[in-house]
Amino acid sequence: MHGPADFELSRRGVLIGGAASVAATAAAPSAEAQAAASAGAGTPVMASVTLKVNGKAHALELDTRTTLLDALREHLLLGGTKKGCDHGQCGACTVIVDGRRINSCLSLAVMHEGDAITTVEGLGTPEKLHPMQAAFVKHDGYQCGYCTPGQICSAVAVLDEIRAGIPSHVTGDIAGKPAMSADEIRERMSGNICRCGAYSNIVEAISEVAARRKA
Amino acid sequence: MKAFSYERAHSPAEAAAIVGRTQGARFIAGGTNLLDLMKLQIETPTHLVDVNHLGLDRIEATPEGGLRIGALVRNTDLAADKRVRKDYALLSRALVAGASGQLRNKATTAGNLLQRTRCPYFYDTNQPCNKRKPGSGCAAIGGVNRGMAVIGASEACIATHPSDMAIAMRALDAVVETVRADGATRSIPIAEFHTLPGDTPNVENSLAAGELITAVTLPRPVGGTHIYHKVRDRASYAFALVSVGAILQKDGSGRVAFGGVAHKPWRVEAAEAALAQGAKAAAAIAFAGAKPTEQNKFKLVLAERTLAAAIAEARA
Repeated sequence: MHGPADFELSRRGVLIGGAASVAATAAAPSAEAQAAASAGAGTPVMASVTLKVNGKAHALELDTRTTLLDALREHLLLGGTKKGCDHGQCGACTVIVDGRRINSCLSLAVMHEGDAITTVEGLGTPEKLHPMQAAFVKHDGYQCGYCTPGQICSAVAVLDEIRAGIPSHVTGDIAGKPAMSADEIRERMSGNICRCGAYSNIVEAISEVAARRKA
Repeated sequence: MKAFSYERAHSPAEAAAIVGRTQGARFIAGGTNLLDLMKLQIETPTHLVDVNHLGLDRIEATPEGGLRIGALVRNTDLAADKRVRKDYALLSRALVAGASGQLRNKATTAGNLLQRTRCPYFYDTNQPCNKRKPGSGCAAIGGVNRGMAVIGASEACIATHPSDMAIAMRALDAVVETVRADGATRSIPIAEFHTLPGDTPNVENSLAAGELITAVTLPRPVGGTHIYHKVRDRASYAFALVSVGAILQKDGSGRVAFGGVAHKPWRVEAAEAALAQGAKAAAAIAFAGAKPTEQNKFKLVLAERTLAAAIAEARA
């Protein structure tokens, strides 16, 4: 579809951070205009990005359009993180970035240079499950299992959020410390949809881990 | 998604200059709304300028006794800030009433103000929509419009602004600080920031091309009881049918802004003078001239009752 010359031109506007980007901007102020024109013509634009996933760095060459979710699944072959709606509505793609849960479908991979990304594969292994994974197994916190990796990543981060004192919609005293309660857990997990309806068991699993860590 | 080039900006002024001079360029911060719309090709930027690394992520006290909130402060961090929870509880309440935990971790203060409507006809590219494609018509007016605006709408558009945070910002008299493509800065009172649809529903705010929000400033706290009531179809993670953001004082005076009812946060200062007489009197002034549809006229009743609930809660 496009020759090497187009490819080189496209790359100019996609340098990420560092001295190279500063130099390119200073030397050719219209670089971004050229790159934008190239992209406007429909030519895919490639970019280099290093993703640190589950403690391991991966250097990738990606189309700028690649979401973090697709980079994880299609390029790093980490299939644990699931694609549900692909629009931030279902939570199946939830991963933890720099300690915070996000929807990986609504984030570009190129925006995560240098970030520490944890997927369900990084929480535990079949031989050594994370306590949250073990609790989901014990309480049957799923039926089909498709939403489960997102539920588990979200649940791990939810407990951290409550401990950090971040308020929620059901926190009675907004200036006070939120309680480690089933109501708080339910509200905070509302961004993770389970179409099998395993919600009551999911709350039981999370509550058990919360109680254990509190003790 | 259409192809685009990408770069990280190094300063707010540089970011504004690049977007100002590059056709098809857009800023990207949290990306939670922009990427959603890019996947549907409702937004088709050819160049993205990443403004996540500009140091605009701090909340600072102002010399006037208020707070200056950096444009890139995440919704989670703003809601959790001790000063906000204590002195501007309405803002914390509104923030945690919106979206999901995952989205609030990415969504930014400026991006929240700039989010687009969730009108289903705006999202459906097979339908006419004057906001998405000026001049194509409005499918919502004759369509399923239960969730649409009841006041301030036009023949061209009856969409609502979806933000909860903006309702609180409006009641708190926030000021939006920006830098323009030519490097000049300015301050825009929140009342003048969002616009009504009129004949140009594609225009949603008073920003110029390339103008970047750098901060949102809050004046000194006004005290009172802070209440945010959001009424929606499910208990969590849904947009408002009607919301009420209120700051009510012991003497019966106060401020109130409504969400889910208009193209922008709906606050009528004249209505606030009637707050001491009760919700009916205040709502009658706030919604004078309302033109609801058959499907959404319930919002006028709901708005008054939600305000009544807020007033009762403040008195309790």
